[in-house]
Parts: sequence; C-alpha cells; structure tokens
Amino acid sequence: MKPFKTIKSIAAPLDKVNVDTDQIIPKQFLKLIQKTGFGQYLFYDWRFTKDGLPKEDFILNNLKYRDSKILLTRDNFGCGSSREHAAWALLEFGFLVVISPSFADIFYNNCFKNGILPIKLENKKIESLFRTDSEIEVNLENQTITTPNETITFEIDGHRKKTLLEGLDDISITLQHEEKISQYEKSRIIY
Amino acid sequence: MPKTLFEKIWDSHVVVEQKNGPTLLYVDRHLIHEVTSPQAFDGLRMNKRNVRRPDLTFATMDHNVPTSDRSLPIIDQISAKQIQVLEKNCKEFDIQLFDINSPNQGIVHVISPELGITLPGTTIVCGDSHTSTHGAFGALAFGIGTSDVEHVLATQCIWMEKPKTFEIKIEGKRKNNRAVTAKDIILSIIRQIGTSGGRGTVIEYSGETISELTMEQRMTICNMSIEGGARAGLIAPDEKTFAYLKGRKYTPKNYDELVDFWFENLKSDPGAHFDKTFTLNVGTIAPQVSWGTNPAMTTDVTSIVPFPDEYAKGNQDEEKAAIRALQYMDLKPGMQITDISIDRVFIGSCTNSRLEDLIEVSNIVKGKKVSSKVRAMIVPGSQLVKKQAEELGLDKIFKEANFEWRESGCSMCLGMNPDILAAGERCASTSNRNFEGRQGAGGRTHLVSPVMAAAAALAGHFVDVRELDLN
Repeated sequence: MKPFKTIKSIAAPLDKVNVDTDQIIPKQFLKLIQKTGFGQYLFYDWRFTKDGLPKEDFILNNLKYRDSKILLTRDNFGCGSSREHAAWALLEFGFLVVISPSFADIFYNNCFKNGILPIKLENKKIESLFRTDSEIEVNLENQTITTPNETITFEIDGHRKKTLLEGLDDISITLQHEEKISQYEKSRIIY
Repeated sequence: MPKTLFEKIWDSHVVVEQKNGPTLLYVDRHLIHEVTSPQAFDGLRMNKRNVRRPDLTFATMDHNVPTSDRSLPIIDQISAKQIQVLEKNCKEFDIQLFDINSPNQGIVHVISPELGITLPGTTIVCGDSHTSTHGAFGALAFGIGTSDVEHVLATQCIWMEKPKTFEIKIEGKRKNNRAVTAKDIILSIIRQIGTSGGRGTVIEYSGETISELTMEQRMTICNMSIEGGARAGLIAPDEKTFAYLKGRKYTPKNYDELVDFWFENLKSDPGAHFDKTFTLNVGTIAPQVSWGTNPAMTTDVTSIVPFPDEYAKGNQDEEKAAIRALQYMDLKPGMQITDISIDRVFIGSCTNSRLEDLIEVSNIVKGKKVSSKVRAMIVPGSQLVKKQAEELGLDKIFKEANFEWRESGCSMCLGMNPDILAAGERCASTSNRNFEGRQGAGGRTHLVSPVMAAAAALAGHFVDVRELDLN
C-alpha cells in the first residue's frame, strides 16, 4: 500500500444520504478476479444511461470534478454489502479521500486497507465544505482540511493514521505476533 | 462486573490487546465464497504466504451460480471463471469446498448452520455482510472485506475495534404468528432505528418473543442486523439452539460437554450494561412491505405509500432521498400498499429460503395458481433444503401453482447470476435489500416475508395475509 500523502484537489459533492455499495459498484461488475478494472464502473447506474452514455446531471460527469481526489458526501456512506470492490473502484477512479458525517462500518474499514482516507466530520463542517467551490487541502499528519476561508480539524484513530501514513501492510504486522497466536491456539477451546 | 454475551465472546478470543488501537481476535470459522475471495488468494501467492488453518476454513459457491439445470455448463463465462478459480484455490490451499455438484452446496449462511459448522460462542467471519446470520446461534459473526479475508487466511486472526453493545428487546405476543413473521419483526425494527441505527454496535436480541422463535426465524432476524447498520447480531443460545445443532455433519464429538459449557456461560449477566437499548412490542405490528430504496423505507401492508415530508420528519436529506426513492420505484404518495401490482416474485436468499419458510409458502399456495401477470420463482437456500422440501412434496405444490422450483444459490437477491429483474419490473422479494438496481438495473424491489410474497404471487398485488385462513 502506498503511504498517504497530503492531497490537494477540488472536492466532488455527492449530495446524497445512505449511498450503498451496490450503487458505488453494481453487482454485475463484481466478477473480476483482480483488484483492478473497477474504476470505469464506479457509480455505473448513476453515471451512465441504459445505452452507456454519460448522464449529464450526475456530478462525476461534470468536467470540473473529473480529476477530483476528494469525494464529499452525506450520512451513512458505504452501507450495505461488504464488497471491497467499492473501495477499489473509488481508488481507481482517483478518490483518495472521502468526507462524510458518517460511514458504514465495513466500508470504513475497507478504505484503510486500500490507502483511502475516510474523514468523519460533523454536519456543520460538511455544510461549509459543500459551499466551498475551490481546491482544498487534506493533511493527515496535522489532521486538517484547509479551504481558502478556513482550516477544519478532524479526528482519526492514531493507529489507523499511522497505518495510512506509513502504508503499512496489516498481515506483516500481525505476523510479528506469531508467538501469541500459537499460544492462543494451544489454549483455545477446540471447536 | 456483569458482562454482556458479546463481551464474553470477545474476551475469550483476544490474542493481542493494545492500549490504543484495535484488538487482534482469533477466528474460529472462516467461510469463503467465489466473489470476495479470488483477490485474497492472489495476495497470499504474491507474498508467498500460506493458509494458516485450512481446517477452520470452509468454502462454497453461491453468489453467481445459475439456479437452472446443474447438468448444463455455465453460460456466463466470467461467472464460470470465478467458480473455477475458487475450485483451484481450495485445491491449492487444501480447503474444504462444497462445490456446485455437492449435496451440501448452498448459500454460505444457510449451509454453515445446517452442517453444524456454526457453533455457539465461536467467532465467525466471511467476506459477506450477511454473516450476521450466524449470531442466531450465539456466535459472534461479522462480514469483512477482501483484504481481511486475506488477513484471516494468512493469520486466522482479525484486527478489530471493540464495537459498542446494543440491546434490542422484542416483547409481546403476536395476534397471528403465521401472518406476522420474523421478517416483519426485523423490518419493523429497522424501520424504527434506521439503516444506521446499529452502526458501530453488536446487537443482542432478547425478550420473550425471541425465546419463542425457532432457529430459522432467529436467523432471519440476525441476518438483517446489517440492514440496521450493526456489525453483528446475537441471540443467546438455549435448548432450541443445542437441539438444532446436535448430530449435524460437523458438530464436534465432545458436543454434550460443549453444551454444558455454553449453557453456563453464553448469556448476558443480569445487570450487564448495554450502550444502547430499544424495545419493540410485537403485539400491534402488521405484515411489512418496503416501498423505497433502503430497508428502513418500509410500512404496514394496511398503510399507504408515505408522503416524503411526513416520512422525513423535518430531515431534508431524508426527504430528498424519499422523493428520489418514490421516483425510482414509480410510486405515488397516498397510494394503498395493497394497490401495488407486481410482475415478479422471488422467494429465496439467506434471509428467507429455509425449510420452514418454504413450508409456510406451500400452505398459502397449495391448490392455487400464480396470477397470470406474475412470474414467480422459489430458490431453496441449499441443496439440503431442496432435498428436504422435495421429500415433503413441496416441489409438486409449487410447480402445480406455477412457481419455478430452482437449484440453490443467492440468485435474485443480488442478481449476479442470470436471475434478474428487467428494468421497470416490480418484485415482491423475501430478500434483504431493496437498493436501486439490486435485483437488476432499473428493477424495483419490495421486501416482504415469505407468506406475503406467496400471497402477492397469487393475487398479483400485495394482500394482508392476516385476512387469509392460514390454518
């Protein structure tokens, strides 16, 4: 996983609550056996018509947001299916940060495994970001979002922050605890 | 300090605890399927890692398998490839696979309990959000992403932030428990707590109504915990749990000893603290029908399609979402739910495809015919369910009523196989998600119980099953 660097970009505003992972990556695209190739299908049914033409009124089809690395959205983003394909699709499309008042648990966890920073912000701060129409900077080290008008701070668990900043691989960390795992196995109830 | 059931299971699985940061938990059972595992096995190979405990790992193919004649080749080449890759991976890493021809194949959350792989007090993970189903047996079971599937394969452990606890008491007596089912209970709960009401928590369902429910009904409840946003759902095991698991294929040899241990240990202590509580009285609930595009957008069968402003109660985001949902569902506020006509019926999924569900459906449809405007299919949850249903002659009843009787799998719950809705088609479905496009791009899903789906198939529109003679 690549270490997370400071991101500067305009934020694409997706003004919807309860965006589920079936919308982020519809089921017909879950059949690939690699982690790549999903970006082109991101929000497929919202982005494209039945004939595969871009829907003009969908925010990600607005040229202004084409290179956006930050997705700004509403409550309970990523609910529903556990499919990590949702995180892979967002990442490949170019999103490295998702800002929302709240995230569904499994999706939130999947983001960190793929170098995406999900930022939880209270609604008042989200509103102010929805009104910002210029580049913003996300600095994970300092836990700040800087807009031309203000600097907003955000909270994040220290362990998760470290994992992202250093691009650490979970399995390698766990394998350092090999002795404890073996010890647990010796004492566990055998099922 | 009194502990909750969740805390007891959690504590007994801690491998590494840190002052700050997540806990490393041991995983007793890892269930895998064809859709969320290929990238995990690739990761293992790339890093030259092995599966630590193939003996605790079980695989089946359910998400994209066709439910038509199994003797024919799979037409969808990409699905076929995903299925072959799972076969290859299980062979290479020595994992027990219930393949497409196995008498034990089926939806992963149906076969694991029926094979006795699911056990009380265990931790169970699977790359599928409906893993919460297994909580019906007092197992701490949750869905994970593919990176975590790889992590569990390599280490048999998982890092997790300790969730909070949420007690949902289900009390009261239903006036007609054949018509008002476990599905109606869980839909009523989600309707009230919302799709994020359980976020960050493990729900423990308790109360007199829970004790009365059968194991299959408890599975329906725990299954949809994720639809309320919860990490997992739990029900303390009791005599019904122990009786259900006794003598199953993978039930451990020392089962009786384990039962004594579980009986003593697997319950929340009196006075244990829950971070959140909610009580549902089932005395007044009606059969439920979803009208929108998330499971909380649900109402009574006797009610109307709501007006968005009334539904949203002042929350502008919710109001916008409801307006959009009605547009997508092509419904007008104020219309009677029973006036909604349907084109399709799907009876199946890890929520409602077990033998009891099918028996209840057969009671409704016996000697009757599916409406000529409706195409209706029944997809048993597993090959074992299918076999048992056929031994009871249910297949004949279904076929005579013009239902399609199919092979087991996830089928039209998520439509990764050929079972999908066409754009604009409206379906009464016993599954768990009514998201836009879930059952097919442009398809419209109404979540209901098996008896409600069966009655709708016959009438061509929703009917209040309390008005039918169910005895």
